[in-house]
Amino acid sequence: MSQLDKKPRLRVATTSLAGCFGCHMSFLDIDEHLFELARLVEFDRSPLTDIKECGPCDIGLIEGGVCNAENVHVLRAFRANCKTLVAVGACAINGGLPAQRNHLELEACLREVYEHREGMDAPGVPNDPELPLLLDKVHPIHEIVRVDYFIPGCPPSGETIWKFLSDLIAGRTPRLSHELLRFD
Amino acid sequence: MPHIAQAAESVITKHGRDATRLLQILIDLQQALGYLPPAGISAVAAGLDLPRARVEGVAGFYSFLHLEPVGEYRILFSDNITDRMLGSLELRDALCRKLWVEQGKLSEDGLISIDVTSCTGMCDQGPAMLVNGLPITRVDHQRINEIAELVRTRVPLSAWPRAFFHVDDNIRRRDALLGQSFVSGSAIEAAIRLGRDQWIDEMRASRLRGRGGAGFTTCVKWEACRDAPGSDKVVVCNADEGEPGTFKDRVLLTRCADRVFEGMVLAAWATGANRGFMYLRGEYAYLRPALEAELARMRAAGLLGRTILGEAGFDFDIEIHLGAGAYVCGEESALIESLEGKRGTPRIRPPFPVTHGYLGRPTVVNNVETLTKTTLIALGGGAAFAATGTAQSTGTKLLSVSGDCAFPGIYEYPFGVRIDRVLEDCGAGDAHMVQVGGASGVTIAGYEFSRSIAFEDVPSAGAFMVFDSSRDPFDVAHNFVDFFTHESCGFCTPCRIGTSLLKGYMDKLARGYGAKKDLADIEWINRLLRNTSHCGLGSTAPNPVVDTLAKFRPAYERRLRTLDFEPAFDLDAALAAARRITGRDDPAAHLDSGDKQHTEGER
Repeated sequence: MSQLDKKPRLRVATTSLAGCFGCHMSFLDIDEHLFELARLVEFDRSPLTDIKECGPCDIGLIEGGVCNAENVHVLRAFRANCKTLVAVGACAINGGLPAQRNHLELEACLREVYEHREGMDAPGVPNDPELPLLLDKVHPIHEIVRVDYFIPGCPPSGETIWKFLSDLIAGRTPRLSHELLRFD
Repeated sequence: MPHIAQAAESVITKHGRDATRLLQILIDLQQALGYLPPAGISAVAAGLDLPRARVEGVAGFYSFLHLEPVGEYRILFSDNITDRMLGSLELRDALCRKLWVEQGKLSEDGLISIDVTSCTGMCDQGPAMLVNGLPITRVDHQRINEIAELVRTRVPLSAWPRAFFHVDDNIRRRDALLGQSFVSGSAIEAAIRLGRDQWIDEMRASRLRGRGGAGFTTCVKWEACRDAPGSDKVVVCNADEGEPGTFKDRVLLTRCADRVFEGMVLAAWATGANRGFMYLRGEYAYLRPALEAELARMRAAGLLGRTILGEAGFDFDIEIHLGAGAYVCGEESALIESLEGKRGTPRIRPPFPVTHGYLGRPTVVNNVETLTKTTLIALGGGAAFAATGTAQSTGTKLLSVSGDCAFPGIYEYPFGVRIDRVLEDCGAGDAHMVQVGGASGVTIAGYEFSRSIAFEDVPSAGAFMVFDSSRDPFDVAHNFVDFFTHESCGFCTPCRIGTSLLKGYMDKLARGYGAKKDLADIEWINRLLRNTSHCGLGSTAPNPVVDTLAKFRPAYERRLRTLDFEPAFDLDAALAAARRITGRDDPAAHLDSGDKQHTEGER
């Protein structure tokens, strides 16, 4: 085997921003392909590895939209480190469920939850510097950074994610057939 | 609400309870009630035995039909780029301030609403506006002051100074058509003398092509309609001149309505049609009384009706239908849908209108100018007509010249005229860009001014907008993109979404958040629009952007903030609300702008 044939394993990072981890669960649904995937790639930052900071990677998979300052930092770090950045699922692409707050005033929303409810010991919007501040609107990730690919679905099926990843890893431009391309 | 039901009933009766006249019924009902209240929609639906959704669907489609109350005075500023260049936006804001009303909202006393509308076809005498459907030209600050006073004191429109409503023809150059005096009836007489077949032969020899933009050979269309099975054929004159910057048809309808109608009779003679429609754009509704009078005169002279000029079996009459502010209805199959009283959604072709048009009948749809030109052919013969112009574009073309020039107006030239010749004639000393053919046409840069107006080179539906070196090509393209986004009929996804996305990118660049990635995305959307739209509106919508990106790229590049990617909004400002609520101002409560982040990334 020549040096050229020995492909280094691709590095993959994944994260969930304003998401529900449903897309990650769907990712695990690729079942036996996980073994195949483990031979082809190694994971950088991901809930699977518990690595906290994203290093240089080939592929970054982002679940969820951008709802707060921390999401912005994580997303920017992924963009800076990943050669290919992929928006996975409805929330990353459109803002999804969390974006339902977009037609409400942020202030009204926070006060309703933290001040105006009955039976609260110490009402008040939390202001600890440790907590990331909320953006006034939830944004899809392509409104914050450049995104290379989009996989729709809520969540995309395991089969869809596998098809997409295996294309990407093999060097083919990912192409989802009509049955795999769905938005629900 | 008995008066609403009553009004609806009387309008429906007037139109013979004919559901194909739904659009005309709604226009008349709105005329009576000021707007179309829910009870009115229900009454029309019940009266015509149509589903209510169908009626509301039609009412909701057309810009000039209102489902919500509008002002007693409804003022619409024409929003074409040529109006803007003459200061229309500033004038609009001034009028809004004077009358204490916000654009697009009804004043609290219900007196006035002010908004903008697509090009009203008064580009040579702008800025223009429509007040309750009547055009006012040459609006300036003095006129704005006077209008504000007239509205405040509730002077009825009929008592406003007549000078406000004066529309000039501004004919600057005459050639074969405009230079010839015409005796009414002479063209029909000549064609009847030739006989139907030889008349078609003359048309074939003339090689006349449609003047509405597409340039289809008129004779081929007529022959196809003539040969199509079915006896109740239809001739439609497309007077829905909605292309921004075009106003030649307005002048033809004002100056030589007799020739336009006579052209329709000539088409009927060739095809065997017995029914004619003129689809007149809502913006030109003010021309209707004069056009109706002309039709009455022609009927009295035996040029319309039964046995025209004594020719047994030659029966043909014309009816005027009004549009209601929908650019897409200029597309022939959308126009036919609208004539049938439906939403103006373009049909899937084939079948083409020549075999399956109005109510499934063989139908010829021709542009106003095309029909007018047929009278020349009837009088002078096809060969003489074909002797002018170029090999593939015979005859003359009316250009509607507007923008940065000393003499805007109508110029008639033989096809093949060079652009720099037109610029010289209209007194455009400092032109650096010309938009030929309207928003969906071609953007011409200075190095191309030696090109010619002809189907072989630069085709044109008639608009010729001149921009001098003080104008920003980006603003021009931005205005046209807004226009297409507003006018997309919403039927097909590529156009409905694509035009909105394109507008989003143009807005982003205009606000100073542009990035190189946006230009790549714009080009991608342009390709999508062009290749996947259902009709010509969507496929030509990206033209101004494609052309200005190619020919005036620096106008875009100077708006870029970064070479990679930039959000369309200020991220730090998006945290301001949360900072205020929590009272925090620590470093973690801020986000740096994209700039800094990118420079760090490059390091």
